[in-house]
Amino acid sequence: MELTTVWFALIAVLWVGYFCLEGFDFGVGMLLPVLARDDTERRVMINTIGPVWDGNEVWVLVAGGATFAAFPEWYATLFSGFYLPLLLILVGLIVRGLAFEYRHKREDAQWKQRWDLAIIVGSVIPALLWGVAFANIVAGVPIDADKEFTGTLFTLLNPFGLLGGLVTLTLFATHGAMFVALKTDGEIRHRARDLAVRIGLVAAVLAVVFLVWTQVQTGTALTAVVFAAAAVALLAGLAAARVGREGWAFVGTFVTIALAVVGLFLALFPDVMPSTTDAAYSLTTTNAAATAYTLKVMTWVAVIFTPIVLGYQAWTYWVFRKRISVHHIPTPVLADASR
Amino acid sequence: MDVLDIARWQFGIITVYHFLFVPLTIGLTAVIAGLETAWVRTGKEDYLRLTKFFGRLFLINFAIGVVTGIVQEFQFGMNWSDYSRFVGDVFGAPLAIEGLLAFFLESTFLGLWIFGWDKLPRGLHAACMWLVHLGTLASSYFILAANSWMQHPVGYRFNPESGRAELTDFWAVMFNKVQVVTFPHVIFAAYMTAGAFLLGVSAYLYMKKKHEADRPLYHRAIRIGAVVTLLAGLGVAITGDLQGKVMTEVQPMKMAAAEGLYETSSSCAPFSVFTVGTPDGKEEKFSVTIPCLLSFLGTGSVDGTVQGINPLKEEYAQKYGTLDSADPAQRDSDYVPVIPVTYWSFRFMMGLGFFAAGGAALILWLTRKGRTPGVRWLGVLGLSLPIAATLASSWGWIFTEMGRQPWVVFGLMTTESGVSPGVSTFEAATSLVVLTALYAALAVVEVKLLVTYVKKGADPYVEPPDVKVGGSDDQDAPLTFAY
Ligand code: HDD
Ligand code: HEM
Ligand code: HEM
Repeated sequence: MELTTVWFALIAVLWVGYFCLEGFDFGVGMLLPVLARDDTERRVMINTIGPVWDGNEVWVLVAGGATFAAFPEWYATLFSGFYLPLLLILVGLIVRGLAFEYRHKREDAQWKQRWDLAIIVGSVIPALLWGVAFANIVAGVPIDADKEFTGTLFTLLNPFGLLGGLVTLTLFATHGAMFVALKTDGEIRHRARDLAVRIGLVAAVLAVVFLVWTQVQTGTALTAVVFAAAAVALLAGLAAARVGREGWAFVGTFVTIALAVVGLFLALFPDVMPSTTDAAYSLTTTNAAATAYTLKVMTWVAVIFTPIVLGYQAWTYWVFRKRISVHHIPTPVLADASR
Repeated sequence: MDVLDIARWQFGIITVYHFLFVPLTIGLTAVIAGLETAWVRTGKEDYLRLTKFFGRLFLINFAIGVVTGIVQEFQFGMNWSDYSRFVGDVFGAPLAIEGLLAFFLESTFLGLWIFGWDKLPRGLHAACMWLVHLGTLASSYFILAANSWMQHPVGYRFNPESGRAELTDFWAVMFNKVQVVTFPHVIFAAYMTAGAFLLGVSAYLYMKKKHEADRPLYHRAIRIGAVVTLLAGLGVAITGDLQGKVMTEVQPMKMAAAEGLYETSSSCAPFSVFTVGTPDGKEEKFSVTIPCLLSFLGTGSVDGTVQGINPLKEEYAQKYGTLDSADPAQRDSDYVPVIPVTYWSFRFMMGLGFFAAGGAALILWLTRKGRTPGVRWLGVLGLSLPIAATLASSWGWIFTEMGRQPWVVFGLMTTESGVSPGVSTFEAATSLVVLTALYAALAVVEVKLLVTYVKKGADPYVEPPDVKVGGSDDQDAPLTFAY
């Protein structure tokens, strides 16, 4: 296989990792006001993702860095083209990341409310906009002969793009609810399970419409199979949640997201950013790629270090495998110094 | 302002801001890991209390370093797309490797450290912080390799067909001669910052009546912090001197600009400590100079030749041609960075650094042999030291990066030609305003929070759970550290 194809696949893997992992912590963040009844329950929810959210976020940083290294033209066109949505995503990620760390640092209701809002908004915006961005990448955007994006923000906010956004939003919410059901104990666990099924049905409808639409536009026989498998996995996950098999339910949404992303990348290949202006201007795995030498160096690094990273990340999940419930939440450090 | 100016302001503000938090993060991970290891080894309660106290302050600081780093990763593509196209083949690799090797390591093991007090045995828990530190070192190494390549491009060839720089020798980029002096300088600066932080916070608490009972604890921390600051300060000075020599060799204009030296000085060039004159440094009214120091800094010998700005300007013009700057006012100063900025940033860096080291030495002396210093200003002086060390780094970077102008990649690409052609003024301005306002707000929040937690002082000693691999026996106990 060509190294450019290998790197296309590796970047797909990085996005799969990102959406499957950060997807659930976006979901947990969005559902904060819906699932938790009081402050302690909110802290239970946040602590389920506490040890892992930053590691999950690194997947997108590596995806970005790997795109820069392996397909510089793709990196340059995509991030300068999708400027404002990306800015919004960045702002969301900034306030959300800080909120996890800062929210419990003062015992002040208003302080906590503001950071809760930061978590919710900071989870909803990226969850929605990554979907919009990916739908547009797959469908193609106006790109000129200089490989520059020539559209505006409104070019991206087309029906297909927005539907893509709603799909990621609802899918991540379902995934997050499944995670809460899997990682907590007590009342909140049951609430999460019920909610997961309800949002999951909405997500299923949206996802099926979106995937069929993608299939009609750019699909191949292979993507049809992958998309169908994604739909089956989602329904299986929801069924598992119904009968109280939380582990399997979470696996179900995990596999759904993974397959959907794989399908989108397959639908994209061999383009990386098709141009709607003229197919000749499309960025492809060959005309956007770095040189063979750079790809070779990067391949060695990836081959050696990816297994190590996967190993210790898996170990973390194992260390924190126990469920969390309200009695694990310590009294705040500053309980006395509330100002 | 056009997109170029906006993008430059944004890069400067956003990156300097990121680097306000980074040195403390790099240094404190080592300090905390050291303190925790001391506790595991000796079982002394003080060490555990300090570990947890500074651990908490560290987390407040770390959070901002992380979230501002995310912007860094994407802004090359957003505002500097032509630059990204040009350098991606060389520059992208260290960035991607940084993510894979460093960020995963840091974030994962920090998660284990925060939430693992009740789940990991003591030694393993301390090891997690050492791994976080290793991650910060790896992170710095790769990002600085990328930056050093911009200062002194090596291991590449220019491909006229694609118009891009292409990587030909990865190891040359990793062991660039600029990189091998820059990395230790930056890391020593980070240790210095963290040492000063340990010292300063402890000195402040030491002087507070409320914490009188804990004086022995803070006394110990003051001494450790002062020693770290001094040793690291020595390292910074030695590596800084080496950097000066490499810089004189690869970017002579930067050294000339650092002194505002217009004509070549064939031997014993003096170094001015400060100058009062016209803003562009062309006319001098009053200055304090140290004879021959500039020659020594640049060449290692008191009678070495240091080239001046004017002859260098000619030389660069011959070598690189005339820059067709869009702005006619700029043309005269082609290849010459903004002199007052380079002049003063270099002095602020060194001056603030010497101040931090001097303060540490003074406090070390005042607290010798368990002595209680009888001075009221100890706390204030102490707290000023980490601030000085942090600002020293900021000025050092401003010097390094502004001194390279008008190049973004030295000798290869001007900053002007790196900016995104497709980004509108509106977009760029929105981003500048939004990010700057957000960062300013976050700075206020973070400082307030740090102050609150500093004032609170170290928690009383609590015997931590004795954990076997796989978790403590008491599964229902509250977590030691939690969100
Ligand atoms: C605590 C911080 C600190 C302190 C006390 C010093 N520096 Fe520094 N310096 C930095 C922090 C720093 C830095 C922020 O880390 C820089 C910016 C880029 C770099 O490589 O390190 C830097 C850059 C930098 C450069 C520019 C390198 C280049 O552009 O290629 C030189 C020549 C020196 N330093 C030299 C010195 C000398 C001679 C010092 C005093 C004896 C000194 N520094 C103290
Ligand atoms: C090590 C990684 C770094 C890389 C790859 C890097 C890259 C760049 C690039 C591409 C520019 C050009 C844009 C411009 O000129 O505005 C730039 C400029 C600049 N950088 Fe860096 N930088 C790094 C570190 C830093 C740090 C740590 C600081 C400060 C703490 C810093 C401060 C600046 C400033 C102030 C400018 C503006 C110069 C100007 O616009 O005139 N840089 N840097
Ligand atoms: C302009 C170039 C830079 C880029 C692209 C960049 C990128 C990043 C990113 C993405 C993060 C967040 C990582 C996370 O989520 O865990 C981060 C944090 C950090 N960066 Fe930077 N950075 C830059 C400059 C620097 C420099 C010059 C240094 C050190 C010399 C540095 C050292 C660190 C450290 C120690 C952290 C905190 C640890 C961490 O967050 O994992 N960075 N940076």
